[in-house]
Amino acid sequence: MTRVLAWLALLLGVLYFLLPLAGMTEFSLKMRRGEYSFDAYRKVFEDPQFWATFSYSLVLAAATILVGVLLVVPTAYWVRLKLPQARPVIEFITLLPLVIPAIVIVFGYIRLYNTSSLLPLTGSALGTDILLTMGYATLALPYMYRAVDTGLRTIDVATLTEAAQSLGAGWFTILARIILPNVLVAVLSGAFLTLAIVIGEFTMAALLNRPAFGPYMQILGANRAYEPPALAVIAFAITWGCMGLIQLVTRFSKHERAKV
Amino acid sequence: MAFLELTNLEKVFGTNRVVTDFTLGIEKGEFISLLGPSGCGKTTVLRMVAGFETPTSGTIRIDGQDVTALRTNQRAIGMMFQAYALFPNMTVADNVAFGLKVKGVPKGERDARVAEMLRLIGLSDLGNRFPFQMSGGQQQRVALARALAPRPRVLLLDEPLSALDAKVRVSLRNEIREIQRELGITTIFVTHDQEEAMSISDRIVVMNGGIAEQAGAPFDIYNNPRTRFVAGFVGTLNMFTATVEAPEQGLLKVAGQTVALGTGAISARAGETVTLALRPEAIHLGRAEGREVVLPATIEEVHFLGSVIRVRARVADTVVALDTFNRADQPPPPIGSTGEISFSARDVILLPQ
Ligand SMILES: Nc1ncnc2c1ncn2[C@@H]1O[C@H](COP(=O)(O)OP(=O)(O)O)[C@@H](O)[C@H]1O
Ligand SMILES: [Mg+2]
Repeated sequence: MTRVLAWLALLLGVLYFLLPLAGMTEFSLKMRRGEYSFDAYRKVFEDPQFWATFSYSLVLAAATILVGVLLVVPTAYWVRLKLPQARPVIEFITLLPLVIPAIVIVFGYIRLYNTSSLLPLTGSALGTDILLTMGYATLALPYMYRAVDTGLRTIDVATLTEAAQSLGAGWFTILARIILPNVLVAVLSGAFLTLAIVIGEFTMAALLNRPAFGPYMQILGANRAYEPPALAVIAFAITWGCMGLIQLVTRFSKHERAKV
Repeated sequence: MAFLELTNLEKVFGTNRVVTDFTLGIEKGEFISLLGPSGCGKTTVLRMVAGFETPTSGTIRIDGQDVTALRTNQRAIGMMFQAYALFPNMTVADNVAFGLKVKGVPKGERDARVAEMLRLIGLSDLGNRFPFQMSGGQQQRVALARALAPRPRVLLLDEPLSALDAKVRVSLRNEIREIQRELGITTIFVTHDQEEAMSISDRIVVMNGGIAEQAGAPFDIYNNPRTRFVAGFVGTLNMFTATVEAPEQGLLKVAGQTVALGTGAISARAGETVTLALRPEAIHLGRAEGREVVLPATIEEVHFLGSVIRVRARVADTVVALDTFNRADQPPPPIGSTGEISFSARDVILLPQ
């Protein structure tokens, strides 16, 4: 009896999740009257704005991932190694971006770094891109930190560090050759989450007035009928592609299999 | 001056003094064991030598060089841990090569050294394996090869065998000792297992409560323990309480009987209480030639161990353990029977109260 109920709950969940998706996909195929076609998709792919904003966001996502990894891996490692008592505090700090709305962060940025400030980052396109990258890194921090910290839990950080030190290694070598490779899968899953956040982010890019994918989706959604669902399906495919990539990476890194 | 010189080492954690006035000189190529119960400070001493802990006071010299203030990666030491500390993301060969790579040894030379080390530990064919594909014993052998590859000045081993099962433990400890002899590397081995320490060490330092109680060859430590703790911790020991009768003639009273230890054996004064200790193998069941001290005893337990039979017998108010060799024509005594035990005054170890 409980088994039947469990299956029923699962079925409801799947329907709840899949029906809108199916509806949206179906709608995106109906641009041509009376028959299914990929016209909406062709329209999207033919739009130079799509490619410009998408590649812009991809580049910024890559920069965000780099900043996140350089910031989070050494921090999470150091906290585990030397300041285990500070972990609750650090965890709280990394959770703050979930509580503070992006709009608050970005207004703070604009106040701090406007053209009449000491560090006028908003004065140039590059400066604004840097600011946006930092903003993205902040938004992604909770996910990146949690992913890396979970990865670090699967290895004996203290012993591996001491073993490497006894073999003559310094901090940089330890981080680059031992810690990072051992949490690579965790870092990658953090990276794909970051990618998903950056591709979909609207508030920061719009307020800083940068040509990112999020604002493009918004503009398209406000002005067209069939292209937005097509775009959503594309975005969905990218996300699922990332998930698949995480699986593949895990599969192919031999030593990771030992942990699962 | 010894090759590795530890002078007046002290370590305090907060208000907890963990190592007190630890002084030890270790000769080049010597194999030293730090032996003691859990929590006595063995690991702390080793970690100070490794540079993972800074001594509160005292100095550490390796080959004449004061390394007390140096960081671990500047000390040229090799270390082996209790937990399997192989790098999980690297193959066996890469693990062994790690220290050489850090040192900047060129690839050709490095590969040759790795092959040599793998041959030394008998795992030449497993260079491409990952640590998780190997048994605990194999992993610890790789850890040994990895520690030795960069030719460290000192090898430090912190209970490297305690996670292994009994059989592997014995064979690997012998292997470690063989390799250590072959390379002539100065070694400190930490263990709480007295049999392990005695079977492979040149010298043993018995530690208790952060203090080195006695240092000496296994034979000396076992036969001439200087303190009650050492006597009790190393091997099994039977202790009798005795009262000194006539110190100048070496007479004591044990279990209501006067025992003569010979002149000059006793430094206590008449009427004082001393502890008289005997190894199980020094006590004989029944009377025997050359064992002049005879005491009445009741058999309480008999453990047949194969070649040896361990008997527990009550003598006055103490229970003594004694070992006799198994002989087919001599069945062990029945439990509850009364008899005699005998020993020679020469085998008695007198301990301060
Ligand atoms: N980092 C530390 N901080 C506080 N106390 C410690 C630390 N390391 C060891 N101790 C304490 O020092 C004592 C000796 O520890 P240790 O050297 O590990 O003993 P052993 O290796 O002989 O078992 C123990 O009481 C332990 O709790
Ligand atoms: Mg220890």
